[in-house]
Amino acid sequence: MAVQSTTIDRKLAERPPASLWRDAFERLLRNRLAILGAVIVLLLILLAVFGPFITPYEYSQTDTQLVREARGPANPGEAGHLFGTDILGRDLLSRIMDGARISMTVALVVQVTVLLIGVPIGALAGWFGGRIDNLLMRFTDITYAFPDLLFIILLTVVFKDTWFGGAMDGLLLVFVAIGIVSWVGVARLVRGQMLSLKETEYVEAARAIGVPDRKIVTRHLLPNAIGPIIVAVTLGIPGAILAEALLAFIGIGANPPRASWGTLITDGQTWMSSEPHLLLFPAIAIALALLSFTFLGDGLRDALDPKLKGKQ
Amino acid sequence: MIEPQAAPAAEPATGQALVEAENLKVHFPITSGLFQRTVGAVRAVDDITFDIRKGETLGLVGESGCGKSTTGRALIRLRELTDGVVRFDGVDLTTLKRDQLRKMRRRMQIIFQDPYSSLNPRMTVGSIISEPIETHNLASGRGKLERVKELLALVGLNPNYTNRYPHEFSGGQRQRIGVARSLAVEPEFIVCDEPISALDVSIQAQVLNLLVELREQFGLTYLFIAHDLSVVRHISDRIGVMYLGKVVELGPPAAIYETPAHPYTRALLSAVPIPDPRAERRRKRVILTGDVPSPANPPSGCRFHTRCWLYERLGRPENCRTDDPELRIVQPDHRAACHYAEDAMQSDVGVAHIGAEPIKRKAFGAGPGAHKPVADDSVPATLVTGVAPDEGTGGGTGGSGTGGAAPPE
Ligand SMILES: Nc1ncnc2c1ncn2[C@@H]1O[C@H](COP(=O)(O)OP(=O)(O)OP(=O)(O)O)[C@@H](O)[C@H]1O
Ligand code: SF4
Ligand SMILES: [Mg+2]
Repeated sequence: MAVQSTTIDRKLAERPPASLWRDAFERLLRNRLAILGAVIVLLLILLAVFGPFITPYEYSQTDTQLVREARGPANPGEAGHLFGTDILGRDLLSRIMDGARISMTVALVVQVTVLLIGVPIGALAGWFGGRIDNLLMRFTDITYAFPDLLFIILLTVVFKDTWFGGAMDGLLLVFVAIGIVSWVGVARLVRGQMLSLKETEYVEAARAIGVPDRKIVTRHLLPNAIGPIIVAVTLGIPGAILAEALLAFIGIGANPPRASWGTLITDGQTWMSSEPHLLLFPAIAIALALLSFTFLGDGLRDALDPKLKGKQ
Repeated sequence: MIEPQAAPAAEPATGQALVEAENLKVHFPITSGLFQRTVGAVRAVDDITFDIRKGETLGLVGESGCGKSTTGRALIRLRELTDGVVRFDGVDLTTLKRDQLRKMRRRMQIIFQDPYSSLNPRMTVGSIISEPIETHNLASGRGKLERVKELLALVGLNPNYTNRYPHEFSGGQRQRIGVARSLAVEPEFIVCDEPISALDVSIQAQVLNLLVELREQFGLTYLFIAHDLSVVRHISDRIGVMYLGKVVELGPPAAIYETPAHPYTRALLSAVPIPDPRAERRRKRVILTGDVPSPANPPSGCRFHTRCWLYERLGRPENCRTDDPELRIVQPDHRAACHYAEDAMQSDVGVAHIGAEPIKRKAFGAGPGAHKPVADDSVPATLVTGVAPDEGTGGGTGGSGTGGAAPPE
């Protein structure tokens, strides 16, 4: 029997086994921008979870001292407010920190909705092909063509008085609505992945062996499709955050005294010339979040792309 | 342990058929428009009939896109047949129920061309090779691990690498992993779909030797697909030549290489260099001109007539354009699908058969004893030169040139 050369064996023996996930993680660690993004994302998540315990003030709490003095909002650094206060004397830093909570919730709820709808539709279409594929993809096209804003407004109106419409001060409904108009990209991605992966020779080999369809999907298709899905979800978060901000701009979303970054920017805009910090700080916060998710997503894409690996 | 199935020292020239294809057709519909209306079909395999005998290696050659892979896959029911019948050991595979087919899959396997896409990159080598064992409940627990290690050793890999991932191996090693996976179910029949054409030249001979050794050890039957005639010559008992979805010639290597009866086979042989310069000078060469016609719209009559040199030489006979020639017997055990096969056999195109032996080595499959080529003897000379003993030291380093022939043992 042909004996393998000893040199390659030794080279291989010295290394620990390297799964693609591990390799990808190591590649990610070498990407500075992605790590920066990941750190900021992590901070935002921590802020969202522990925000109420660490904010200097209650987000809705008015600084009565300022009101008594009957003066305008505090400037940054004044009167114990690092980012200053808004027109009503509420601490801006605390409001931004609370806004992070809303934005991270948007990210979570929208992307979970997107995954729950997009992955099954894409997977079914790609796996079965033919008529089912045709049907599901036409449905997807129609969803895509339907005006998003109109759909969101319709949903919020229809469900307004239900339990669903009331949950989380009505925010849950808005977030889910954003998700419902955003799943098309993921569905198409998953379908494409399924279509190309099911033609691969390792899936063909599994069929030749007689591996049941269910196992082919769970063992061969999904693990290989998951990388691009993670990337798409990460890169989709800025869009979701922005969508919430835009909806806030036209008055759909967080109700006062609650404020999301979107409503903070909308309010700040009114006082832009006299109190620029009211616009500046929320804008920086949102920009930082969007950039961080984008950097992280780009880094993940580079790290997970198996085409860079494998073919040495 | 795999018990070596007693392989008869020599198969009779006409043994019992293990795999039979009868009027096999595989068409892929071409659809268009919103409602996926079928507007035509790619006739990848279009009405072919042949069999593969127990213990034999049938070489299948032809240009890219002529339907070799589709044929191979249809034989093991990896493609749905449009029409026709495939029988395995007498059992009609087309009528089998799902569970029966799954049981049957233990007996027939496939080895792929691309060692990169044929292994799931997210699975360890151990789980790749365990999958067939689990699927058919052949072993579990310790027994399963032992079996995986045994299979790795069998294909010449270190048995301790069960927890490694495919991308940590070189192309040749990955191909061995694929071979181990297909052997795990102890099959009788393996479709080898161009198993060495994607490998470095320096490694091709090693993998080919491995396949030949395994064939001897387990008495395997192979359908060995290749896109040129030089690789299959020394390992095949019979060779089939495909053109545009049809088998145009079928016979033992001696017949195919020395008295080819189809003009297409002769054209293919023209492209294969002959090591002996005297023989090389004695033969005529034809170069295939023109594109391969589309399998969605094949030429009428004989599909080869748009490129056939004999058709031109004979003054474009009408029946070549109107009648599809059937695969008929031209010599014992030698078939060709050409109206003018006898004229083709008389010609000196592609081969130099007058007086000189085209290649000095004996042809296998020509008689008793043909079916036991010694491993290193069975490797074409072009493959043996340049074998680097170290197949893993990076792509291309052990390439062509002066590299000494490495013994396969
Ligand atoms: N799944 C498929 N769907 C549609 N057309 C296909 C499919 N598989 C193969 N074909 C077409 O069928 C024809 C034969 O393909 P096949 O892969 O069998 O050729 P081949 O002889 O193996 O070629 P190669 O040497 O390139 O591997 C080609 O025209 C190809 O485009
Ligand atoms: S039948 Fe006619 S066209 Fe076809 S191969 Fe023979 S001579 Fe050529
Ligand atoms: Mg092929």
